[in-house]
Amino acid sequence: MPLYELTAHELHEKLKAREITSVELTQSVYDRIGAVEEKIQGYITLTQDIAFEQAEAADVGFQRGDEMPPLAGIPIAIKDVICTKGVLTTCGSKILGNFVSPYDATVMTKLHQQGAVMIGKTNMDEFAMGSSTENSAYRITRNPWNLETIPGGSSGGSVAAVAADEAICSLGSDTGGSIRQPAALCGVVGMRPTYGRVSRFGLVAFASSLDQIGPISKDVTDCALMLNAICGHDPMDSTAANLPVPDFTKSLIADVKGIKIGIPKEYFTEGMDAEVEASVRHAIELLRSAGATVEEISLPHTEYAIATYYIIAPAEASANLARYDGVRYGFRAENAEDLIDMYKKTRSQGFGEEVKRRIMLGTYALSSGYYDAYYLKAQKVRTLIKSDFDKAFEKVDVVVTPTSPTPAFKIGERTADPLQMYLSDVLNTPSSLAGLPGISIPCGLTQSGLPIGLQILAAPFEEEKILRVAYTFEQHTDHHRWKPEL
Amino acid sequence: MADKKYETVIGLEIHAEFSTHSKLFCTCEVKFGSDANTQTCPICLGMPGVLPVMNKRALEFAIRAGLAMNCKIASYSKFDRKNYFYPDLPKGYQISQYDLPLACDGYVDFEFEDEIKRVRIHRVHLEEDAGKLVHADVTGDPNRSYVDFNRSCVPLLEIVSEPNLRSPAAAIAYWRAVKEILEYIDVSDCNMEEGSFRCDANISLRPVGSEEFGTRTELKNKNSFQHVLAALQYEEKRQARILDEGGTVEQVTLLYDLNTGRTSPMRSKEEAHDYRYFPEPDLAPFEVDPEEVERLRSTLPELPAERRKRFVEEYGIPAYDAGFLTTTRQMADFFDETARLSGDPKASSNWIMGDVSALLNSAGIGIQDAKVTAAHLSELIQLIKGGTISGKIAKSVIADVFETGKFPKQIVEEKGLAQISDTSAIEAVVDQVIAAHSGPAQDYRDGKKKALGFLVGQVMRATRGKANPQMVNQLLRRKLDG
Repeated sequence: MPLYELTAHELHEKLKAREITSVELTQSVYDRIGAVEEKIQGYITLTQDIAFEQAEAADVGFQRGDEMPPLAGIPIAIKDVICTKGVLTTCGSKILGNFVSPYDATVMTKLHQQGAVMIGKTNMDEFAMGSSTENSAYRITRNPWNLETIPGGSSGGSVAAVAADEAICSLGSDTGGSIRQPAALCGVVGMRPTYGRVSRFGLVAFASSLDQIGPISKDVTDCALMLNAICGHDPMDSTAANLPVPDFTKSLIADVKGIKIGIPKEYFTEGMDAEVEASVRHAIELLRSAGATVEEISLPHTEYAIATYYIIAPAEASANLARYDGVRYGFRAENAEDLIDMYKKTRSQGFGEEVKRRIMLGTYALSSGYYDAYYLKAQKVRTLIKSDFDKAFEKVDVVVTPTSPTPAFKIGERTADPLQMYLSDVLNTPSSLAGLPGISIPCGLTQSGLPIGLQILAAPFEEEKILRVAYTFEQHTDHHRWKPEL
Repeated sequence: MADKKYETVIGLEIHAEFSTHSKLFCTCEVKFGSDANTQTCPICLGMPGVLPVMNKRALEFAIRAGLAMNCKIASYSKFDRKNYFYPDLPKGYQISQYDLPLACDGYVDFEFEDEIKRVRIHRVHLEEDAGKLVHADVTGDPNRSYVDFNRSCVPLLEIVSEPNLRSPAAAIAYWRAVKEILEYIDVSDCNMEEGSFRCDANISLRPVGSEEFGTRTELKNKNSFQHVLAALQYEEKRQARILDEGGTVEQVTLLYDLNTGRTSPMRSKEEAHDYRYFPEPDLAPFEVDPEEVERLRSTLPELPAERRKRFVEEYGIPAYDAGFLTTTRQMADFFDETARLSGDPKASSNWIMGDVSALLNSAGIGIQDAKVTAAHLSELIQLIKGGTISGKIAKSVIADVFETGKFPKQIVEEKGLAQISDTSAIEAVVDQVIAAHSGPAQDYRDGKKKALGFLVGQVMRATRGKANPQMVNQLLRRKLDG
């Protein structure tokens, strides 16, 4: 089996045993990229120089027989929304087309401490706004399972890269489902940790109260290893929780006896693909037969989540994206007549359609006279959505749902209808608004060979419960081993 | 104002930069006068992906300032984003406070026209400062403007008064009082030239006796007492003229042109702001511990108004002197210590208000930067009281102290300036003078008592000023009267 097909924990054993070197492994991944990237289009920037330098450094440690961290020498792809020192960080936008970050995000510092290898920066919907990665200013990323379909978004590049074995693991960001939804659509594991679990310092902000960095991997064990590496308090982020971080690999227990699973009836509604529903119901049955108890629950405010999300996220985005004004860095339009004209031309030409749409939505929602009716009301509904979950988690340990109501759709199919596109995240936004952790793991394929994802949610800072249920499911199935033919 | 038909109503929004070691949301140093953009980092430059982290010290400074202005300190507060585009604002929003300011409902007492006036403080809040635009007048480049972000993210306190001020001069007096307070509690150096202390003023007129406010105009961002005074006086007259003519005042933001002495409205584009405030998601709302507030209250120094009162009561000096001596905290500390060490408050006050101030002024420095300390001055006062030197000699000694930082005793010794208080030494000179000036001596004996002054002067001259003048007087009289 080629090295690029393996998982991080499998590769760590080989590196430790000195069967392979990180340089060989890194070369194997770049060879794979050379072979399939033309089809997949998952990367915006490849960072070979840095990668081989890091690989060599890791090899020195392995050769010396040092106690090496689990991600040492492991090729990892980074969503282009995470700042990487000295490397282009475009956020999939023309407006940051020439932006080289002067600093590293906290997660990057943590990965460097692990000795991980950065393969490159991955494609994404511009500023993480989208559900298909079609909103990138640079390229259309394809779903490795069917090149005619989208990989999901906004972390489409990071997810497709892992699914196509162009990286062993990757980092994405999830604001309203941007890790989980593409992970489901591409048949890999993707986790959004609890809001505050991972430092956002260096994550280019889309919606500050919702954004979280999270791992994308080929199995649940790698997910736990990635979490171990990136979680924890950061003095540079006031919203990063000052809580001890458990060793998440301790939650890799193939046993769900006594675990109470809640199935929210509101998540199985019209518009749900029949194959998706069947596959998810089958997965739930499997968990029940493995010893979990299953009960139906209600999350009554679910139907308001999309509307709430599309007020709060654009409102925050309208402020977060104000800094791209052409004054200090990034794109500046030519031939401006005066300051206001420079702002208008720079932002009109620098941002794509969806970003401009959301800036306008958010600006409107915050405007004098509309604030109470939109932003304030949305915040109140957000509290209601959160309290739905609080009540649910008094009764159950985890909530299990489909990750996406449909499998991957065709490229171009929903671009003309923003609302239809927004509904792709209908099952992910409620837990984002509540700040909950959630994972998507592969749980089946449709007749036409597209992956289906199972979403598992837990109360804040209870990632361990999620990992346990996900790991148990994985041990009983082999969905995570299926690979697309490329 | 001259026209008694209208009452003037003024409120001020004062901005003071804190002199904390580091900025409000990053660890860059707060330092004036550095090369452009050298006191910056990705955070205060508004780079993608950065986050603010609260400077606890700035929060303490703001609470101290709120307490010094007799405000209620909020038990729960938060930061908000104030959104607008300007090249000096790197994030496109300013982190400020909107509906839950750190402090509110306070007051400041200040002296104006020999009365104590009280201004209500509506609110006091903490925010970050913006950078500074640098134009052709500095760079010589007419085609470009530059931005210096050294000031970006420096903690800025905004103090909003109620419209309790009734004249431009009273507004300035209040503004000065706030400056004094902030300097006293050591949170800001209030350096107006560097722009670390500035204000916006709202002014309106209403018919005398009316309860309703007239339409106000706003004067932006001024950092000079004289300019604000002139601008308010101009605006007061302008509004009166409009009202006299039956017109209505338009609510606008005005710029004051120093050269023409006139105000003119800013372009509406520049002021038509909907700031779209919303809670800053990157900073959690915070609770203020009441015990911490009490601890900070206990660290507040005696404020200028209290201090003036105490100087009058404790030291028995005139109110005018007390006012002068409390202009700055350093000056007041200097007086306080000199008075205590010398045991002679009045002499301390006279020396400080006279020679010391003159020397400071001509050197263009404040007392904190001078070589003369309370120990120096009190020693000098002791030397005079003990009869070692005369007041006249003391004037040259203090100048020497100012120059060299040496102690008065040492200077007197080195230069041989000690008074001659030895009766026999003085008596010999007195005898010589009487003999040499028999005319005036006779005049005195004949009842022309004024002649004594001439003879005293001759003795002092002969001793090069070192004879103890009282002893010279006594000896001359004894010789001549005897």
